[in-house]
Amino acid sequence: MMRFFGETKIDFIGKRNVAFTISAVVIIIGIIFMFINGLKYSIDFIGGGSLELDMTPNTETAAIVSIEDIRQTLRDGGIEDAEIHELHDMDEKRLIKIKIQGTSKEDAETDSSKVDLIKKGELIKEILKNKFPDNYKSETRNLVIVGPKVGEELKGKAILAIFWALAGIIIYIWWRFEFKFGIAAIAALVHDILITLGIFAIFGKEISLPMVAALLTIVGYSLNDTIVVFDRIREDIKKYRKQTYADIINKSINETLGRTIITSLTTFLVVLCLYIFGGTVINDFAFALLIGVIVGTYSSIFIASPILVGYFNKRLARKRK
Amino acid sequence: MRNRKLRSLLIIAVLVFTVYFVAPLLFKELPSFWTDKELKLGLDLEGGMQILLEVDYSELELSATEKENAVKTALKIIRNRIDQFGVSEPSIEKVGENRILIQLPGLTDFNRAKELIGKTALLEFKLVAEQKSIDEVYNSLDSYLENNYQKYPYLEELDLVEVAPAVDILSDEDSLATDEEGDNSNIFTALVSSDGVRGKVLDDNIEAFKTLLKDEDFIKEIPAGLQLALEKISEEDLYSDRTLFVLHSEAKLSGDVLKTVTTKIGQGNNPKTSGKPYVSLEFKKQSAKDFKRITGENIKRRLAIVLDDVVYVAPVIQDKISGGQAQITGNFNLEEVQDLVIVLGTGNLPAPMKSIEERRVGASLGKDSVRAGVRAALLGLALVIVFMIIYYGLSGLVAVIALMMNMGFILAVLTALQGTLTMPGIAGLILTIGMSVDANVIIFERIREELKAGKTVRSAVDSGFSRALVTILDANITTLITALVLYQFGTGPIKGFAVTLSIGIVGSMFSAIVLSKAIFDGMITNVNRDKLSI
Repeated sequence: MMRFFGETKIDFIGKRNVAFTISAVVIIIGIIFMFINGLKYSIDFIGGGSLELDMTPNTETAAIVSIEDIRQTLRDGGIEDAEIHELHDMDEKRLIKIKIQGTSKEDAETDSSKVDLIKKGELIKEILKNKFPDNYKSETRNLVIVGPKVGEELKGKAILAIFWALAGIIIYIWWRFEFKFGIAAIAALVHDILITLGIFAIFGKEISLPMVAALLTIVGYSLNDTIVVFDRIREDIKKYRKQTYADIINKSINETLGRTIITSLTTFLVVLCLYIFGGTVINDFAFALLIGVIVGTYSSIFIASPILVGYFNKRLARKRK
Repeated sequence: MRNRKLRSLLIIAVLVFTVYFVAPLLFKELPSFWTDKELKLGLDLEGGMQILLEVDYSELELSATEKENAVKTALKIIRNRIDQFGVSEPSIEKVGENRILIQLPGLTDFNRAKELIGKTALLEFKLVAEQKSIDEVYNSLDSYLENNYQKYPYLEELDLVEVAPAVDILSDEDSLATDEEGDNSNIFTALVSSDGVRGKVLDDNIEAFKTLLKDEDFIKEIPAGLQLALEKISEEDLYSDRTLFVLHSEAKLSGDVLKTVTTKIGQGNNPKTSGKPYVSLEFKKQSAKDFKRITGENIKRRLAIVLDDVVYVAPVIQDKISGGQAQITGNFNLEEVQDLVIVLGTGNLPAPMKSIEERRVGASLGKDSVRAGVRAALLGLALVIVFMIIYYGLSGLVAVIALMMNMGFILAVLTALQGTLTMPGIAGLILTIGMSVDANVIIFERIREELKAGKTVRSAVDSGFSRALVTILDANITTLITALVLYQFGTGPIKGFAVTLSIGIVGSMFSAIVLSKAIFDGMITNVNRDKLSI
């Protein structure tokens, strides 16, 4: 059978300051981007509309339409505020997503302007049909219209959901381990969430409803990883009473390293498949998971466990006094 | 030994459960009782439309009961209209306090559906036609369909044509040729008859009937001043026959004509009415006068109460009713009466409904998503299988068996719960492929450690499993907590993701702790091994 490595004796704890610095830098860069670009929320959270159309040429001779052409055409047609993106598609279709906004937040509250968004969508289709008859298809692939009130509520619910997940976790770990294990685990999770959000800000990706699901999944995955290491730490602390906490925890990380790498690898592989082949709907979601698998694995080794060492050493110092 | 027997039984039970519910996905030719429960595709995979409506009573001062009633009334109106529209598996549910989520999978005519859902409810009082007019309608439609049978191919599939009575077997060959032709002179009557009773539409025929009613040429053949209207769906038996009414199309009264509508229980000693619920109506002043005139002119005829072209009840006018107070009595149970009260209340629906969210998914996006999902899943599965077997050898194969079992288990549970598979659900499934080998990886790494420490295969496997057990439980239960929170938080698609993820976590614990252990025990016990492929 195969082994990637035999018995490892890497000093993870000794390098903790390097790791903390790297994490801090990435988080700070992310936060800077969040301030410069702002976190972009999708229409799930702020309300508005989006329209997905297939602009693949209908005949072999028809030209491929560029996003810039579409933008210009819509502008000429009097639609100024449409945001146009191209969607990544495996089957070489030319898919575009057009974001449309209602006139104003107040107006969008009332039903009349919601109808307006649908009409606006129809108008966009009409304009594109006239200008690019060789690329236009009558079917709308996806149309989403969300009232601002729904979005606002959802934002509150999303924050609450992440809060409850963290609370549930800390209680479970407190019960099964010790309170400080819970704190260390939560610190790692907050680290993961911050880094993922930061990378989203850097890449200019939107926070959408599936993205919240992705964040919670990352929380679950990263935690799973952390618990496996913690479990070994709990076991080793009982076993090697004479060694320092740093040594014990280092040992535990090394002992579980094989498992950490293998599971991360299989998960990373499937998420990569999902990202490359999973289609347009799931693309951003898979992107978030890709980051999450890497960050989650990293944080259980380099964040959660070293924090634990700090805690134990403090307690030791108190006892010696 | 007893434990082992129990374990075998458990494994067999899970296996049978999985195979039973997954089989319909793989084989189409199973008997119908078996395919009864099938995994449905969600709106995002099948295409369709979803609308979230809000009953807006923010500008009205309503009591809690009135608010509740406003939502109930709105639900009733929506159900009614969706039913008329004829979507195969609509889902209409109340969410939260005052919202209604409508899902219309497979729908393509988005704008018409939207129009239908968005229009104001219309409550009308219409007279049921006399026997003579009814006959006229049937005759006219029968002869129209006889002459234009080819135009409606879907009628042919219903097997409505009465084949003329078989000719005497011994008769000469000449007559056989002509008699093979069925008699299609009363197709319409056949379409709307059940057990020989005219005006009862079988559930099987409802679709075709509704399609006919949308055809303009067909509608033209209904004599002027008359219309066809179906009775409401029975809440007790969704598939029961429905009465077809022929009504005078002119509404005698309509809209906001009632002052109060209440449920009452009969008093007194008359056994026919005592203790029986009935509807009590009070008309507004002007309508009371109209009602008096209408009832006076039409004693002993039936007056149908029609909401959006569906007949809810058609009581016989017993007497001229003056004073604006009326009762609808009959052999109703309390629910039916409460139902009627809601319907009659739609005439003055106090709170408007507005759509606050709308999603339309084109069929092509749905198809692309399914294809992409299947492709990603198969590829991910293949990669993980190859990797596990290369890395862990024969033990890797055990993990693969556990993985396949888990995949099957997720699909089986989803089917058994009559769940729907959504794109996030597929994503959850794919993620599970990667994550659920974890339990086995934890066990294998543990066994490797124990072997390296010099233990025999037997004891390395045993202590490997038992030591890994705690880790697996702790790690999975915390993940399960986040999945449950996600379910709690989620709307539709997110819920689907949380559900597959949760089933996957439970399934992977079972397949690693119980199934893999059983296979290992079998491998070790039957052959006295001093080496293990791990």
